[in-house]
Amino acid sequence: MIELAGVSKRYGATTALSSLSIRFGDHETTALIGPSGCGKSTLLRMIVGLVEPDTGVVEVDGERLTARTEQQIRRKIGYVIQDGGLFPHWTCRQNVVVMAAHLKTPPADIEQRVRELCEVTRLPAEMLDRYPAELSGGQRQRVGLMRALMLRPNILLLDEPLAALDPLVRSALQDDLKRLFETFGQTVVMVTHDMGEAAYLAGRIVLMREGSIVQDGSLEDFQIRPAEPFVAEFLNAQRRLVAL
Amino acid sequence: MRLWAAVCLMIAACLCAAQTVSIGSKKFTESYVLGEIAKKVVHDAGLDAEHKQGMGATAILWEALEGGSIQIYPEYTGTISEEILKHPGLDDEGLRRELKTHGIGMTGELGFNNTYALVMKRGRAAALGIHSISDLKNHPNLTAGPTHEFLERKDGWKPLAERYGFHLASVKGIDHALGYAALNSGQIDLKDCYSTDAEIQKYDLTVLKDDLGFFPQYKAVYLYRLDTPARAIQAISSLAGTISEPEMIRLNAEAGKTKDYATAASMYFHDRGLNAVVARESLAQKIARWTARHLELVGISLLLAIIVGIPLGIVASRPGPLGSAILGLTGIVQTIPSLALLALLVPIPFLGISAGTAIVALFLYSLLPIVRNTATGLQSIPPPLKEAAAALGLEPGARLRKIYLPMASRTILAGIKTSGIINVGTATIAALIGAGGLGEPIISGLALNDNQTILEGAIPAAILAILVQLLFDAMDRYLIPKGLRAGG
Repeated sequence: MIELAGVSKRYGATTALSSLSIRFGDHETTALIGPSGCGKSTLLRMIVGLVEPDTGVVEVDGERLTARTEQQIRRKIGYVIQDGGLFPHWTCRQNVVVMAAHLKTPPADIEQRVRELCEVTRLPAEMLDRYPAELSGGQRQRVGLMRALMLRPNILLLDEPLAALDPLVRSALQDDLKRLFETFGQTVVMVTHDMGEAAYLAGRIVLMREGSIVQDGSLEDFQIRPAEPFVAEFLNAQRRLVAL
Repeated sequence: MRLWAAVCLMIAACLCAAQTVSIGSKKFTESYVLGEIAKKVVHDAGLDAEHKQGMGATAILWEALEGGSIQIYPEYTGTISEEILKHPGLDDEGLRRELKTHGIGMTGELGFNNTYALVMKRGRAAALGIHSISDLKNHPNLTAGPTHEFLERKDGWKPLAERYGFHLASVKGIDHALGYAALNSGQIDLKDCYSTDAEIQKYDLTVLKDDLGFFPQYKAVYLYRLDTPARAIQAISSLAGTISEPEMIRLNAEAGKTKDYATAASMYFHDRGLNAVVARESLAQKIARWTARHLELVGISLLLAIIVGIPLGIVASRPGPLGSAILGLTGIVQTIPSLALLALLVPIPFLGISAGTAIVALFLYSLLPIVRNTATGLQSIPPPLKEAAAALGLEPGARLRKIYLPMASRTILAGIKTSGIINVGTATIAALIGAGGLGEPIISGLALNDNQTILEGAIPAAILAILVQLLFDAMDRYLIPKGLRAGG
């Protein structure tokens, strides 16, 4: 479970988050959506301690996020960014096992887990011995996902994980992600700018604008009971994009 | 670990080398020959002896002697009283008494007086009717080219001109050996010389008569540290009264002709029916010795610069005033001319005239490329990858070691390579303070206006720089992670 209470963040004159409170329950998949600069990425990065709130408190599984608890909390969270965020000087295998090896997990256990994850993410095992630069964008993202899942985290955070991929690869990965979220039942928070993707993958959608939450609910709520004209406007904009 | 073992070995080697009797000499032929003669007698007395050729002018030799980096060097009584003790007119006993307070001893006079003198081309002097220094009063349009040292000496140009009351329109400082060439080609009309210079005969020069007796006596002696092994002091003292003026001119002429000081020195022993075999090194041996020393200077200073420079670069890569200060300071060091940096370092205790000073100077020069490239390499890692590393839950130290430094390795190695190559070139200045290396023949050659000797140092130094570059290129292949190379 993740709880943010009254968190704010300013960058100079720009407000990224404005005294925002939200809770992400266990086994819940949430999509954060909204126009560029609405604060959705800042919110996600705050949960993993990459952004320090100016005010307010972040709690993960009942433990308050501080400089002291930061490393332990991060190890309970899988974090996936655009294009996988793989380190280019390592093979994909080294990228996947970095934390397990750092924490001195027995090699046999590591090997077992890597085999499982290859199946889950549908990545051919022989790809693991290549360097990130030798893989396609979709393959890199599957490796990024493997790395995030390696330590069996109860929380998975994804920051626009599919944004850089072409439509066909993207669609295949969306299917895989959906299956994965359903199978593992972690707390999942995903940032996206695509309403279709949000509705397909997440039961709960949080629409943000200028650092605040505009509406929090299901796609149905958004369509039937828009909280304000901006919600309908945002949905329509997305529909127009699809229609084009 | 292996690096540290190598450093310890080098330090041990330096300590062992301190048991050798070091003989210094100034940057002119006669001093080289007297240095070789001293080396030969000390060696024959059963001690290890080395000759640090052409270390510089009086101030540097005296500093090296007082500081203990050499034990013996040839000097002249006039220079000791005028320049070193600044107490003109002292007799030999007086000199000995005052030198003793510095921990320095003086042998008996070797037997010749090498005083300063002014010389002109014989034909030019005769045409103008100049025979003595007094005659210069009537020829204010002459061009003089005295050495820089003579221009500044208390028994040099200005007091001389004052005493004789002459004033020349054009006076410019010229290196001693180059000055002879300038005199011979008519670019200058007169210069100072030593009265035993072989060039007086070679170029057919007239020595102007010192009719007012201005120049003090410059009797050759050896100065030595009082803590020099007694056998070495005995050996050089036995040379007193054995070298006459004509003999010294002959040895100087031989040395000037062949540039082989050891052979010139052996003539002295041959004339006395003594064992004349002066230990001589072949050119290959000399180049090997210079190169080994050169590599030692470059290797130790570069190693230190890597050990210090990478951590400094890590600090400098972070935003804030400390990082800017580090980059600024290492940049400023780079702008100090190498000679000036040496001059700044020499007065520092424990450094002085030694290889240590040269290593510190080279270390300081090597810092900037390593610090700057380390900082740049770390700063150019894409922020999302830095965040990905942090979000994994790796501690900051592990992030740096496992991810950031390897990712920046290509840039860091390029900085080390730049430092290494610049260092090979800059290390030639080490010879200016007697630290040896390939600069030794270059400095000697410059002092003697002898291109062949310059090339004996310059060519190996250039080849060495190319080899160092190739070595680093080869190391790149092992040290830069394969994924970074595949990624272009």
